[in-house]
Amino acid sequence: MIPELNIALAILLLPLVSFVLLIFFGKRFMEKSGLVGTTFLGIDLLLAIYIFFSKLAVETRWDFTFTWIDFHTVVNNVPLKIDIGIMVDNLTAVMLVVVTLISFLVHLFSIAYMKDDVRYSRYYANLGIFTFSMLGIVLTNNYLLMYVFWELVGLSSYLLIGHWYEKKSASDAAKKAFVVNRVGDLGFFIGIMIVWMQFSTLTFDGIFSAIGHGNIPFGSNTWLTAAGLLIFCGAVGKSAQFPLHVWLPDAMEGPTPVSALIHAATMVAAGVYLVARTFPMLTADALMVIAYTGAITAFVAASIAIVQNDIKKILAYSTVSQLGYMVMGLGVGAYTAGVMHLVTHAAFKAGLFLASGSVIYAMHHALHHLNDHHTDAQDVRFMGGLKSKMPVTFWTMTIFTLAISGVPLTSGFLSKDEILAGTLAYSHFTGHSLIPIIGFLVAGLTAFYMFRMLILTFMGEHHDKHRLDHIHESPRVMTIPLMVLAALSFFVFFSFNPISASQGWFFQKMTYPTVAVPEAIASTPTVEFIEEIHHQHTMAMVLSVAVSGIGILLAFVTYFWKKISADAFERALKPVHTFLYRKWFFDELYDATAVAATLGTARLLAWFDGTIIDGVVNGAGWLTKLVSVFSGKFDSYVVDGAVNFTAYFAGLLGLSVRKVQTGKVQTYMIFAIIGFMVLLALYI
Amino acid sequence: MELNILNIGILTWLTFLPVIGMIIVLLLPKEQKTAIRWTSLVFTLLQVVLAFLLFAKFDRTLAGVNSADTMQFKEVFNWINVKSTGWFGSIKIDYFLGIDGISMPMVFLTAIISCIAVISSWTIEKSLKGYFALLLLLDTGMMGVFVSLDFFLFYIFWEVMLLPMYFLIGVWGGPRREYAAIKFFLYTLLGSVLLLLAMLALYFSVTIIDPASGEKIHTFNMLAMMNPANYDAGSILSGTSTTWRYLAYIAVFIGFAIKVPIFPFHTWLPDAHVEAPTAISVILAGVLLKMGTYGLLRIGFPIFPDAAMHYLYPLAFLGFVNIIYGAFCAMAQKDFKKLIAYSSVSHMGIVILGIASMNTQGMLGGMLQMFNHGTITAMLFLIVGVIYDRSHTRGLDDFGGLMNKMPKYSGIMVIAFFAAIGLPGLSGFISEAFSLLGAFQTFRWLTIASAFGIVLTAGYMLWTLQRVFLGTLPEKWNELTDINTRELIMLIPLAIIVLALGLYPNLMLDVMNASANTLVDFVKGSAGAAIVH
Repeated sequence: MIPELNIALAILLLPLVSFVLLIFFGKRFMEKSGLVGTTFLGIDLLLAIYIFFSKLAVETRWDFTFTWIDFHTVVNNVPLKIDIGIMVDNLTAVMLVVVTLISFLVHLFSIAYMKDDVRYSRYYANLGIFTFSMLGIVLTNNYLLMYVFWELVGLSSYLLIGHWYEKKSASDAAKKAFVVNRVGDLGFFIGIMIVWMQFSTLTFDGIFSAIGHGNIPFGSNTWLTAAGLLIFCGAVGKSAQFPLHVWLPDAMEGPTPVSALIHAATMVAAGVYLVARTFPMLTADALMVIAYTGAITAFVAASIAIVQNDIKKILAYSTVSQLGYMVMGLGVGAYTAGVMHLVTHAAFKAGLFLASGSVIYAMHHALHHLNDHHTDAQDVRFMGGLKSKMPVTFWTMTIFTLAISGVPLTSGFLSKDEILAGTLAYSHFTGHSLIPIIGFLVAGLTAFYMFRMLILTFMGEHHDKHRLDHIHESPRVMTIPLMVLAALSFFVFFSFNPISASQGWFFQKMTYPTVAVPEAIASTPTVEFIEEIHHQHTMAMVLSVAVSGIGILLAFVTYFWKKISADAFERALKPVHTFLYRKWFFDELYDATAVAATLGTARLLAWFDGTIIDGVVNGAGWLTKLVSVFSGKFDSYVVDGAVNFTAYFAGLLGLSVRKVQTGKVQTYMIFAIIGFMVLLALYI
Repeated sequence: MELNILNIGILTWLTFLPVIGMIIVLLLPKEQKTAIRWTSLVFTLLQVVLAFLLFAKFDRTLAGVNSADTMQFKEVFNWINVKSTGWFGSIKIDYFLGIDGISMPMVFLTAIISCIAVISSWTIEKSLKGYFALLLLLDTGMMGVFVSLDFFLFYIFWEVMLLPMYFLIGVWGGPRREYAAIKFFLYTLLGSVLLLLAMLALYFSVTIIDPASGEKIHTFNMLAMMNPANYDAGSILSGTSTTWRYLAYIAVFIGFAIKVPIFPFHTWLPDAHVEAPTAISVILAGVLLKMGTYGLLRIGFPIFPDAAMHYLYPLAFLGFVNIIYGAFCAMAQKDFKKLIAYSSVSHMGIVILGIASMNTQGMLGGMLQMFNHGTITAMLFLIVGVIYDRSHTRGLDDFGGLMNKMPKYSGIMVIAFFAAIGLPGLSGFISEAFSLLGAFQTFRWLTIASAFGIVLTAGYMLWTLQRVFLGTLPEKWNELTDINTRELIMLIPLAIIVLALGLYPNLMLDVMNASANTLVDFVKGSAGAAIVH
């Protein structure tokens, strides 16, 4: 094994060590737990940075594969065994830094944010197991381990969403997240079954090279498309894509730093990562479905985000929308752009969540101070004017908002721009012009609702002057992570050219993987596609700046200068507003269909089991008993009756005959004489 | 491979140690409660030690299944020898013990579960002496079933098990114990009758040359029954794919299906579980259910390969029904124990689906699932037992917030629950995944449909977890105490096994691999049939 892979293994295991330490000795560490976890993650981050630089310096990929289970048998002339292992390529190297960096900053931030929590060490332990599982996802070189860590990430997400499990809403949200993800994972697993049956291997390399050699599942293109889409189902669950996006907004029940780490930057991006890894085996049809899934998700979520008032809900829907954006990017074939948006988004979205955490923290303390238990600390309508009181939070939040809106000079501009150019190129090749239309529309919507949030939170006047006096900037340990993430939201970290990413290191190092799919069913060849993106780039840039500008302008006109009355709009479009505010009624729809059908079937089958099947069983028992009663009666009346009758008859006979037996010789003599005479009479 | 202690084979020791324990318990005066408990514990612990020894000495390369040469720790001697009795011929029945990769995990499981059942029974006060005597007798019956290679012997142990179980449920059970016990008894008896008929039909069909006398004799030797050459021409079960062979297979199958239990023969299980004391539930779910699937693997498949292949799809279909039906029924339960009982129905369906796949992965998955279900469900029943002992209720809606009140207990619970859900890293995942991976290759759509069970399982398990452990504690449970040392002692070994097999399934897969391969090849080869699609 290459020495660097030992380090990669150490990166993987350090958070696990942190978990084990904190879960067993958490009581002993007490308030030091945060420090323990943060230290482990700090070391982890340094190691990841080391791996990042040494990997990007070389061309080769580091891979270590070993046989985990050997079935000692041969199928189709190939020994049947399961190989697993880890690998580090450029994508992994980048993801390692993303995961450890965000995780480290969240660990740090939480030291203050979670200080008075009842389960402080448990919280850090769970952060540890989450980071471990997430690193596992990016380090593995096969679908089996991918699935393993995939589920473990689901577990840690369950534990962290349900951190405050005394609240029904929190435990409901945790359960919902796990079960909805399981639905996606079901598809993922079926995809794995197809792949395993066909290729008898689960390593990415093995599968792609087999497909490259023309070996496709059950010899059918449809099955290859199906396999790709089924694996994509896992991504639909984890990356909260339509129609399984409903769990993510509920997941905001978890502590805010958790939302930043898991439900914004890393875990939800795992789905996008999965699509990127699976990219070589996706057919044109599969990619089209993926592109549309992403586009629909991006639009639906953006439309909902416009009308939400809870600061975390706004961010949650914005996350769903941005994830849709990434998936759409990969779907249209803009591989590098999609992956890049994952990375840039991780930084500014984690920043947005942490900044919102900082706001909530301040609001919470102010409300607590004033003994106000009614005002919702997360409702943007009760905020406003926080700018002067929380300058660091405000300025960093502004940078994050600019980045997510795709304003030039930010990292978000670079990646979003490339995705939009990709959608234009896609529409050029395939004629699916709806995709770029949705892409630009969502870009505008994003700019609008993000600035709405920023304006409502920080600008204007605060409603309650007295409350504003009690609002303070968060402590250093919380603002430093914000500043780090804000710095990373500028373009320079990804490309020295502020208007184009294609010359930057990211595009140079994160090249398209070789497509394994047979040419006939593959999408546009990579070279042609990249060329077309270049053609579309200027167009995309101009349009995207324009729509973002319009979105931002509208937000200022409406919420800052108040030239347009949002309330009047709301009243005029009441049904639309309700429709959006209630999130397109997805929850109601699922409750009325899937959930109700499942519970109804459960009750029906339980009734069937208890009444019909057990009825038959008990009926059989009852029938047997009935028969036995009858046979008992038969036995005592008929059979025994016959026996008794015989005895009775014999007795009767005896009784009458007994009379003859008088014991007197004279009588016997008379009988003898009579008999003698009868005989004489008969024979003579 | 042989292993003798005091000139007596290790399998005999394993099987009859509990009987020695039982005799001692019976000789002890009934006031000596502590002595009775400790005697039971010591003998079951000795059994565990022997099981570990067996596990260590077991040769992983030998397959067994249909070959006497590769059976391990064999013990053969003539047991019943009746000289020629007219038309019936002479009867020779062997005391024939031996194990292979199919039985080794079950022997191990039986030893561990029995020992844990004894620890779990520590608080039994009602006619303690009778209870432990029966429990030990039950232990012998179970162990005997798994080590017998002679059908007659197998049948005797099978029946030996029935009686103590009946009394353990009927005397020490809950309010409806008598109904449950009768139901269990009648159901199982029906199975036994069918099994007996099939056994006799086999006996009269199979002849071998008695090595001692050189004459042709009928035999109950299972391995002889697996060889088509031993069937007398013209006998009832000779030939392949005949109606009589199918009927005999169905008889055997129903006999075993009742034990598994396979839908629609499962309704004895929820009642028996709900009424049985905790330790008995643990044994029921942990070991007894496995006898059904073990019987299929040991007798049903290799003796009737033609019929097994012929009825492969219906078998897999029943597995699917078990998985989905069991999960749905579990979801609707309001009684904690009943919920776990139905989850057993669902999880045993995975075993059925796995072994019906007739390929290495599925077979291994199914066999491993037998072991894993034994440990995981035992944990779940113990967990229910812990809370029932304290609160005397099992209503799911009576609780809430136990996580804070009983943190250690909840920690163990999390392991068991997520193992049942099939979380990777815990043992349940590997066996479920392998069963499905294998089954998919034989029954594509059926397996996809069955895989929906993993969503349902997550649903009802997490719902249960939420209702019992999360939320706030109702005031009436303020006095609840956390799990005590005795209870930890019975749960922690199981948790360790669940974790160990989750991380390193080779520990058990190694043992089963050769046998699984041989069984698959043998059944498919003998039946001469291609894989059914």
